[in-house]
Order: sequence, then structure tokens, then C-alpha cells
Amino acid sequence: MKNNKLAIVLRGIIAENPVLMLVLGTCPTLATTTSVESAVWMGIAATIVLICSNAAISALRNVIPEVVRIPCYIVVIATFVTAVQMILQAFLPSIYDMLGVYLALIVVNCIILGRAEMFARKNTVVDSILDGVGMGVGFILALFIISVIREVIGAGCFWGIEIPVISDFRIPVLTQAPGGFLVYGIIIAVMNKLTEKKGGVKRKDFSCEGCPSAHMCNKTSCSEMTELAVEAKTSSDNNAREEGEANA
Amino acid sequence: MPEVIRNLILILMAGVLVNNYVLQQFLGICPFLGVSKKVNQAVGMGIAVTFVMLCATAATYPIHTYVLVPLKLEYLQTIVFILVIAALVQFVEIVLKKFIPALHASLGVYLPLITTNCAVLGVAINNITDGYNFIESMISSLGVGLGFLLAMVLFAGVRGRIENCPAPKCFRGVPITLVAASIVALAFFGFAGVVENLLAV
Repeated sequence: MKNNKLAIVLRGIIAENPVLMLVLGTCPTLATTTSVESAVWMGIAATIVLICSNAAISALRNVIPEVVRIPCYIVVIATFVTAVQMILQAFLPSIYDMLGVYLALIVVNCIILGRAEMFARKNTVVDSILDGVGMGVGFILALFIISVIREVIGAGCFWGIEIPVISDFRIPVLTQAPGGFLVYGIIIAVMNKLTEKKGGVKRKDFSCEGCPSAHMCNKTSCSEMTELAVEAKTSSDNNAREEGEANA
Repeated sequence: MPEVIRNLILILMAGVLVNNYVLQQFLGICPFLGVSKKVNQAVGMGIAVTFVMLCATAATYPIHTYVLVPLKLEYLQTIVFILVIAALVQFVEIVLKKFIPALHASLGVYLPLITTNCAVLGVAINNITDGYNFIESMISSLGVGLGFLLAMVLFAGVRGRIENCPAPKCFRGVPITLVAASIVALAFFGFAGVVENLLAV
């Protein structure tokens, strides 16, 4: 039983790491990893919201009606985000300013809604909290790794403190937008290489796993859905054309 | 050129090119990476996002100005905005399905995906934070939406080429897509300063 609980925590950190394995929560990952400090604070804020919302949603899982569960989850999550925002604004205003709009955007972070949908609504409160801890630590860890690479090589600093030799050879573009995409891509490639040796891991794609909108479209991937849309459009075009010909 | 119109053009161009939400500010990355495999899908998604952004701004700006500010409830901004946007997207989908089925057939499928899109919430919040008035907010949303569309279409073209490339095994799929996005973002650096020079501000 104890191993089982430990497994829930560990799964979020390594095997199902939300950022590196499931490719979720890409927006804050790329936006806040320009410095280690902002990345770690972003991770902590998101983790607090994740743990609280997992606990609340799990506790309410028998109360929330199935049909309107997504709006309910959004209200719960937005409440905790607002609370975190107010606490940071009151006690750590510099962090509040640094994270800016991304703090409010924790509401639409796929990881949090995804865990509510995938885990918290089917499991007990304790398990859900442990899942939140695991996923949160995994999120912080991934942000930390990416931000260390970007800040040390890009700005020659670590947590705002200049590193003597490296700062003479910095590559500033890494702290800007293109560097974010590049470092994230390379880290996922490295993870692919590492897991490949261990017997292979399923090929990563932008799947609906953890996508909060998945229940609304019920498709296996976004691209499949849009292909259907294109088909529907062409068939309706064809129908219209046939009708036009029939009229003529 | 009158100062007002110049200012509006500046806001529009900033949204489209300079502060491109996807490539410079990392908002709306999920649909950018998920639905950019083909150009026609990218166009559909881009238009749907632009449309929802305009609707969302048209709804959230009055709510903020005439409800939240007079009642001193600004701290409820996040929770109110996300609920308004989520309800609005559902509403738009129902209205389109009922009254404009042709438009629903081409845009409808993208709408559920946009409910929790961070670019839509981001633009609504940023319009308030930047202190824009209503017209400026709408222009800003239009610019951001068009910028999203531009980035999607450009990137769909790039991805079409990547699919045929023999990338190293560990780079296939997500990693090579991100590296390509990095190069497209680098290209957008070329637009920095364009707007100021164009209008000689």
C-alpha cells in the first residue's frame, strides 16, 4: 500500500513528467524559463494550485454533476489561482510583477485541468494530493532544468548572480523566444534518447492526453479532428455543388 | 495622419508582427503545435481564434469597466474572465450551429479547443493591464488574432517540409517541431523596429 502511494508521487516526477514526457503546459514552460528564479516561482505557484485543486475536486467528485464538470473545475482552479495571486501580491510583490500575466494564466494550464479530468475525479483525496505533489515536483524540475540551461548559457548568470568565465561567452538569444523553443526541443530529444535505451517509450505526439477539451471532441488527436473538419467541409462543398448542378 | 489612427495602426501592427503572441510571448502554443500540420487546418484554427478573441474582448472589456471596477472587484478578474470566455465560446458554437451552419461546419470543430486557450485569456487580461480603451482593445485583439493566424500558416508550411525530412530518430515528432518553431521565431526578430520606422514615430 505504501509502495503504491510512493508510485503515484514518483510517476509524476519521471515516467509521466508533464513537461518532458506528456508535453503539457508548454506556454508557462517556455515563457518563464528565461531565468531560474522566475521558473522556480512559476513552478511553485502552479504546484500549490495543482495540489489544492486536486484535493478540492477529489473531495467534491461525488457532488459535481458529470455534464457541467469542466466549468466547475475551472471555477475551483480559478479560485485557487486568485488566492495565490493575492498572496504573492501582498507578500512577494517583486515575484508578482516578474510573473505578470502568466500567473493568471495558470488557470488555463493544461496540466492542472488535465489532472483534474484524468486523476482527481476518479481517486481519493489523499491519492489526488500525492498525484498533485508528484506532478508539481515534476513540473518544477523540468522548468528548473530548462531555465538553468537558458540562464547560464544565455545570460551567464545563475539566479541573477553572474558566473565569472561563462558570462564572457554568453549567447543572449537563448534567453529570448527562439532560445526557449530550441532548448525545450533539444531536451525532449535527449529524453527520447535516454528512454529509448531503457526499452523504448511510446512515440510522443501532441495528443489529447490531458487536454481539458478532450471530452468535448472525443478524437484521438487534434489533427485527426481537423481532418474530419476538412472532410466535412469538402463534402458540404460537394453537396452544394451538386445541388447547384441539379438546379441548373 | 491623425494621431489616433496612427496609434491604432501601431497597436495592430504590434500585435501582428512585433509582439506576436505565439512566437514572442509563448501564448497559445498548444494549438500552434497541435493543429499546424496542414495549411487549411491552420487557416481554420487561426480564423476561429481571431473571431473568439474579438468576441471575448467585446464581452470582457465592458464587464471589467462597468461591473468590476465600480464595485471594486478587480481581484475577481481572472475568475470572471475565464468563466465569461468559456460560456461565450459555448454560446458562439450554439449560435453558429443554429443560424450559420456553413460557418459552423468550417469553424465549429475548433471552438471547443479554444475554450481554455491561454492566448484568448491572455489578450483579454493584457488589454486591461495596458490601459487600452474599448476601440484600442478591439484593434489589439484583432492584431493578436491576425498575428496568430500568420504564425500558424507560416508554420504549417514549414511543417509540411519537416514531415519529409529524415531527422535523427530521437528528434522525430515533437523535438524537431520545436526546433523549427525556434527558427521561425528567430525570423520574426526581423520585424523588431519595422513598425516604428514604417510610421516614422
